[in-house]
Amino acid sequence: MTTLALRLGSAPRSYYWLLWLLLVVATYVLWSQPELAKGLVKYPRGMIVPLMAWISAVSKWCVDNLSVFTRAIAAIIDVPFQLAISLIAKGFMNVSQEVVFPRFSWIGIIGAMAIAGYALGGWRTGILSFFCFLYIAVVGKWDSAMLTLASVVLCVPIGVVCGLLFGILAFRLKWLDDWVLRPSLDIAQTMPAFAYLVPILLLFGFGPVPAMIATVIFATPPMVRATKLALEQVPEEITSMADMFGCTRRQRLWRVMIPTAKPLLLIGINQVIMMTLNFVIIASMIGAGGLGFDVLTALRRLAIGPAMEAGLAIVVVAIALDRMSVAAAHEDRRWRPPAEANWAQRHPYVVMAAACLAVTTLLGVGIDAFADVPNWLEFSTKTFFDEIIKWININFHDAIEAVKVWLLVNVLNPFRNLLVDLPWVTVVAATGLLGFQLSGWRLALLVTPLILFPVIVGLWDKTMFTVYLCAISTFVSALIGIPIGAWASTRDWGNRVVTVIIDTLQTMPSLVFIIPGVMLFGIGDVSAMIAIVLFAVAAAIRYTNHGLRQVPSHLIEAAVAVGCTPRQIFWRVKLPLASPEIMLGINQTLLMALAMLVITALVGTRDLGQEVYIGLAKADAGRGMVAGLCVAFLGIVADRLIVAAAKRARRRLGLPDEQ
Amino acid sequence: MKNVAKVKLACRGVWKVFGRGAEAYLAGKPSPEMLTPDAMARAGLMAGVRDVSIEIGEGEIFIVMGLSGSGKSTLLRCMSRLIEPTAGEVLLEGKDLLKASEAELIDIRRHKMGMVFQHFALLPHLSVLDNVAFPLAIQKVAKAEREQRAREVIELVGLGGRENAFPRQLSGGQQQRVGIARSLAVKPELWFLDEPFSALDPLIRGEMQDELIRLQRVLKKTMIFVTHDFDEAIKLADRIAIMKDGRIIQIGTPEELVMRPATDYVAAFTRNVQRAKVLTARSIMGPVNGMIAGDGVRAGDKIADVAPIVINAGKTMAVIDESGMIIGTLAPQAVIDTLIGRDGRA
Ligand SMILES: Nc1ncnc2c1ncn2[C@@H]1O[C@H](COP(=O)(O)OP(=O)(O)OP(=O)(O)O)[C@@H](O)[C@H]1O
Ligand SMILES: [Mg+2]
Repeated sequence: MTTLALRLGSAPRSYYWLLWLLLVVATYVLWSQPELAKGLVKYPRGMIVPLMAWISAVSKWCVDNLSVFTRAIAAIIDVPFQLAISLIAKGFMNVSQEVVFPRFSWIGIIGAMAIAGYALGGWRTGILSFFCFLYIAVVGKWDSAMLTLASVVLCVPIGVVCGLLFGILAFRLKWLDDWVLRPSLDIAQTMPAFAYLVPILLLFGFGPVPAMIATVIFATPPMVRATKLALEQVPEEITSMADMFGCTRRQRLWRVMIPTAKPLLLIGINQVIMMTLNFVIIASMIGAGGLGFDVLTALRRLAIGPAMEAGLAIVVVAIALDRMSVAAAHEDRRWRPPAEANWAQRHPYVVMAAACLAVTTLLGVGIDAFADVPNWLEFSTKTFFDEIIKWININFHDAIEAVKVWLLVNVLNPFRNLLVDLPWVTVVAATGLLGFQLSGWRLALLVTPLILFPVIVGLWDKTMFTVYLCAISTFVSALIGIPIGAWASTRDWGNRVVTVIIDTLQTMPSLVFIIPGVMLFGIGDVSAMIAIVLFAVAAAIRYTNHGLRQVPSHLIEAAVAVGCTPRQIFWRVKLPLASPEIMLGINQTLLMALAMLVITALVGTRDLGQEVYIGLAKADAGRGMVAGLCVAFLGIVADRLIVAAAKRARRRLGLPDEQ
Repeated sequence: MKNVAKVKLACRGVWKVFGRGAEAYLAGKPSPEMLTPDAMARAGLMAGVRDVSIEIGEGEIFIVMGLSGSGKSTLLRCMSRLIEPTAGEVLLEGKDLLKASEAELIDIRRHKMGMVFQHFALLPHLSVLDNVAFPLAIQKVAKAEREQRAREVIELVGLGGRENAFPRQLSGGQQQRVGIARSLAVKPELWFLDEPFSALDPLIRGEMQDELIRLQRVLKKTMIFVTHDFDEAIKLADRIAIMKDGRIIQIGTPEELVMRPATDYVAAFTRNVQRAKVLTARSIMGPVNGMIAGDGVRAGDKIADVAPIVINAGKTMAVIDESGMIIGTLAPQAVIDTLIGRDGRA
């Protein structure tokens, strides 16, 4: 079998250009004489598989029969959620909606967060977290932020526990991992989140709890991966040690492997937190309140100022939680209390934080300034943002409009028309051929059906729209990101600056990226492109920087020794050697672009994202899911092809394979 | 040697073959030609241990040595059943270890076996005390009792006072002392050590070897020790088994290996050894011709130890065995030849 694959996979290269030529000629013929074989240019309507209707029917059946269970689950999750809300956001109320016990004082929460920051990461983290939460109070977003925090506080532990359990399962049962978990994770990662909002909406209803369930589904996959990876990376000697001292299986897992894997697991937890915050705005589409809801309503009204303000508040919460959890992952000053210390002595920070909360909350009963953020402290940044936009629009309106029109007329539209006019057969054949050329028949057999799927379900035009927007945005991201990454790779301070910027970009919820584009260019493809580029460029920068830095120094020294100029070293040594890594960066960029694409449906694109969004708006499970699957499949096809290309490049350069 | 001692652990025809379908391949009564490495490689198999049979006596220090990749660790892991041998049996005090159920195996390991690892395998989140007490914690021994026991062994390996340190705060040598202490916490009868000192630098390594000899004098465990360092092997060993490509090609005392290497491969190992530290008076003594007056040297003493006596005496001395019989003579010249490595086949 392997020998067959080898023989097929390495068919003499000279045949490939012939095949490609054939494809081009055939395409030209099809394109110039569309009468010849109509069905090959535009897929015949009659042959479209009504998958959407089927899925809708199945989902209706599910809703009719399962909603008893799902609503029960929702009711169970609602209990701790109400508790969290009462504690930090609303206070405990009796039946007639009067507060009988106040919520935690805002000062107390700021103090507790600062203490937590200090306990986890020292002074810097403590101060950072203090100012982050203070900012939220000051800009008047406290109530919304606490609603958001209440759901984060629940989503994160649920996501972490689920991720841990599935990760352990994946580690223990290889078949389950190969046949169920890994494919599901792949799809979950590339499937736009909007798409599974619909079934959740149908099964669980509209409200904060269904939104939390969606959030957990969105945020758990990285934890599953992190857990599996962490367990696999436990040194064999350690597991042998566990066996040798007679651990039972359970003891081996919980007392040896999990503690040893802790640093990686904590990074997984960090990812869960970040994904949860990332999902805040999207979750508000099916009923989550809080900051996400504020952003969404403002965006729908195209009120940039308020959207910006609430969006920034999310970013600030994200930064604080990110720093704290990263600090927890890197923690190594394990302070050990004396052996006979009691519980309080062993957990001084917990005691301090609790005391801080209790005292301030009690004070809040008497003094209003402790209970609620006093008005004289608040100031709004809304008008500030609105003023800026007004100023820009007054002064640069014509220039901006000109840029937009030029881009649309000369770049975006022609490219879009080209793609939409291509016969579908050409695209499918080209994808298959590329897969075959890059890695052999296995890859070809994987990507061809996946790319055929949108054709068969009748979403081809929308898919081509998606490809167009995604390709252009990826191209622009690469155009911007690769030079920045290259620049940062040569100097340390550049590296530091770029890293901070990228980290910040990646802590922002994706919807926030829509704001600047809309601010300047209004609704449409250009804004969508800007949003996607802003979101995705981070990957291009990061991988380029990393790839160039990884070029072995002895090769560079050798180049210097034979008298290469810095320019020659860059173009002839570093860039070629870093090219596989850069390709992977492009791959990441592309996947991020796809993820963002769906969100840009909010600003009126006409691609699959819009389809998913409509599915959501109409609560039409079939429509949303099918379009979502198309996006997921596009992502998988692109991913597999680029990874195969990068692998080939590594081989050609004589670099070792990844992993 | 040591025929008097009880056999503690025995391997009978143990094979470990990696690759798909290894059991079936060996169970199918393959002909000798089918068992050559080449033939097995063609079947997609790779033998880590081939047909090993050994008997290890109670209280013996048994050393397994060979080059990297010769299958030492694999053999050790078969003997402790960390991996399942593909064929053969492993007898612990006459009972087949491979037939033990999972629960029995856990019980045996908890009470009879201890292991020391090359890279220490300490748990990073536990203090020295907790690491050493870990095997007892697993058995749910009460906290006070296990910490008491842990303190005892920590004292024994000379780490008293560092109980509350964490592994990453210790040097390599100290970490391995923790590893040794941990393996001793359960009072094992069988003590496995897989290249315990290979990760240490030479000075510390020598120190740790002395430490181990000191411990063994007190503890008298049955010790199975893997190393690729022949000097280490002769320093510690009662007997040495030399492995190559998964096979044991010779078993013997250090002296036997030096005097009568079975193959060139073994000879290559022993060539650079300081012979005076290995050979005993018995193995280089000359015949008794005529009566020799005065004291003798004992037959079992190492040449390096008796050399000052013989050379100071400046005359041929008698060699006497345990019962006081004179069994040979030792001339100063023979001692000097051995010291400078100019004897027989060197
Ligand atoms: N799980 C495995 N699968 C396949 N081959 C293995 C496996 N474990 C070990 N081997 C092979 O078995 C052979 C013996 O390995 P082993 O680890 O026992 O060598 P060693 O003598 O301990 O070497 P070292 O001194 O490097 O520790 C090696 O060639 C190794 O590649
Ligand atoms: Mg080994």
